[in-house]
Amino acid sequence: MIIESIDWAPLWLTLRLATVTTLILLIIGTPFAWWLSRTTCRFKTAIEAVVALPLVLPPTVLGFYLLVGLGPHGPVGSVWHNLGGDALVFTFTGLVIGSTIYSLPFIVQPLQNTFESLGQDLLEAAATLRASPLNRFFTVVVPLARPGFLTAITLAFAHTVGEFGVVLMIGGNIPGKTKVVSIAILDHVESLEYQEAHLLSAGLLLFAFVVLFIVYTLNRRYKLSLT
Amino acid sequence: MTIRARIQLVRSGFKLDAEFEIPGKGVTALFGQSGSGKSTLLRCLAGLERSSSGVIFVGDACWQDDTGNVFLSPHQRSLGYVFQDARLFPHLDVRRNLEFGWKRVPPMQRRIEFDQVVQWLGLENIIQRMPPRLSGGEQQRVAIARALLTSPQLLIMDEPLAALDATAKAEILPYLERLPEQLSMPVIYVSHALEEVTRLADSMLLLKDGKLIASGNLKDVMTRLDLPLSHMDEAGSVIDATVIGHDDEFQLTCLKFSGGQISVSRLSLNQGSPVRVRILARDVSIALGRPEQTSILNVFAASVIELGAHSPSQLLVRLAVGTDQVVARITRKSAALLDLKSGCQVFAQVKSVALVS
Repeated sequence: MIIESIDWAPLWLTLRLATVTTLILLIIGTPFAWWLSRTTCRFKTAIEAVVALPLVLPPTVLGFYLLVGLGPHGPVGSVWHNLGGDALVFTFTGLVIGSTIYSLPFIVQPLQNTFESLGQDLLEAAATLRASPLNRFFTVVVPLARPGFLTAITLAFAHTVGEFGVVLMIGGNIPGKTKVVSIAILDHVESLEYQEAHLLSAGLLLFAFVVLFIVYTLNRRYKLSLT
Repeated sequence: MTIRARIQLVRSGFKLDAEFEIPGKGVTALFGQSGSGKSTLLRCLAGLERSSSGVIFVGDACWQDDTGNVFLSPHQRSLGYVFQDARLFPHLDVRRNLEFGWKRVPPMQRRIEFDQVVQWLGLENIIQRMPPRLSGGEQQRVAIARALLTSPQLLIMDEPLAALDATAKAEILPYLERLPEQLSMPVIYVSHALEEVTRLADSMLLLKDGKLIASGNLKDVMTRLDLPLSHMDEAGSVIDATVIGHDDEFQLTCLKFSGGQISVSRLSLNQGSPVRVRILARDVSIALGRPEQTSILNVFAASVIELGAHSPSQLLVRLAVGTDQVVARITRKSAALLDLKSGCQVFAQVKSVALVS
């Protein structure tokens, strides 16, 4: 059977990478998006442009700078090394850092849009009802921003699953360590193993469709429940 | 207990500067044209405008004091705020909206029963509904209940009826009228509808272009000729009276006030009931002798306190009737013919009396 001959390690690695990356993005992206949605800082536009860079840059450009920056002689890599950290490039940690930066706009932009559309009115009402700022965020903003969160999580996760250029530059192609599905597919094609490439590709395609379908259904239901 | 405040706020093209003291119970109307800074003043009281400066004391509690560097955030101020739009949380049903503030107030500080408020505002049948499925009037009733349930030291209502149609207004006004007797809590009620104000308020703050131009007893502020209220088309005075009897033959009800008796169309009120009536300046005429053979039933002995210009052809005359005051709008020509001066003893004929509550 072809299924048995397939090496599943890249798939698990991909899912692990996407999960870890999405979690980190949620933790840093949510407060960041909130700040962007409320700030009147004059550097706001510049910061927004920087966040959006991964959308327009060729992934290899980003990957190249990450490789240089995180490498043992790079500004980040050397500090990290002096602090006693292991190598960042060609490791899972390096992949997570790269993916986090690469997928940042996919979390920040939908969340920022959602937060901006919420406005101040309900938050003011909550404030006059004794809710502290953090309390307001978790009891008013988070529930009302649920569709935005779902969209952001889906996009960040799916985008990490599908990335190629950054991963290849910074992670290389080390089986079990940095070889993710998208690279495995390329490997199979280069070795003319079309059936294996087919199976992995079809699997990703199906995965992407199912995830998006579920998210759209949930968001639709949520919007209906609010009317 | 009183509420003392001095509030200043400067924004591009607008300056708010108000200092006032209002009683710790009853309804104080904050009245002014749109754009006069009413909402801004309220938002400063609530702490929603961080850039405001000044001093706010509610009873002994200091909410803001620039000299002592005190600025409580809105959630630290014991206030209830009813916005023009109800601002209910769309993801929570009515019960959970009501509980939002209630459960954030320590049980020891709750002075108002949950079920009681639900009953006062007639929310029993909608308690499980989601806000978007409520009518405008129902939403505003929920918003009022939600604010009350925080047992606030001060209730702020920012034109709670302005966004509603006439039917919904009529539905809510009776609830608002009953509130002051049911709670001993000061209420600041913003409106630019004089009728609402005369129905609900006891005292008044008058705001114009960001400046407080008058404050005090509602009856005084409404009859002062140097203030814009007495010059409005629907200007008039407010008089508190008591039902003393009914005339079954002519279907009239007789009311007593400091200046005499008023006859109005029969009311279904018991003897002794308090009523508030409004006498519009345009409905009052002045005679030097007691008019006889006139169709007007309500004639009171009065003395002229002062005269004030109104328009090129008209004057306003402030009259003392008993301990109450009535304003008459008459032509300048009439005033000259009657030779009206302050101190003149006259008779005020009141063509119609409007019942406000």
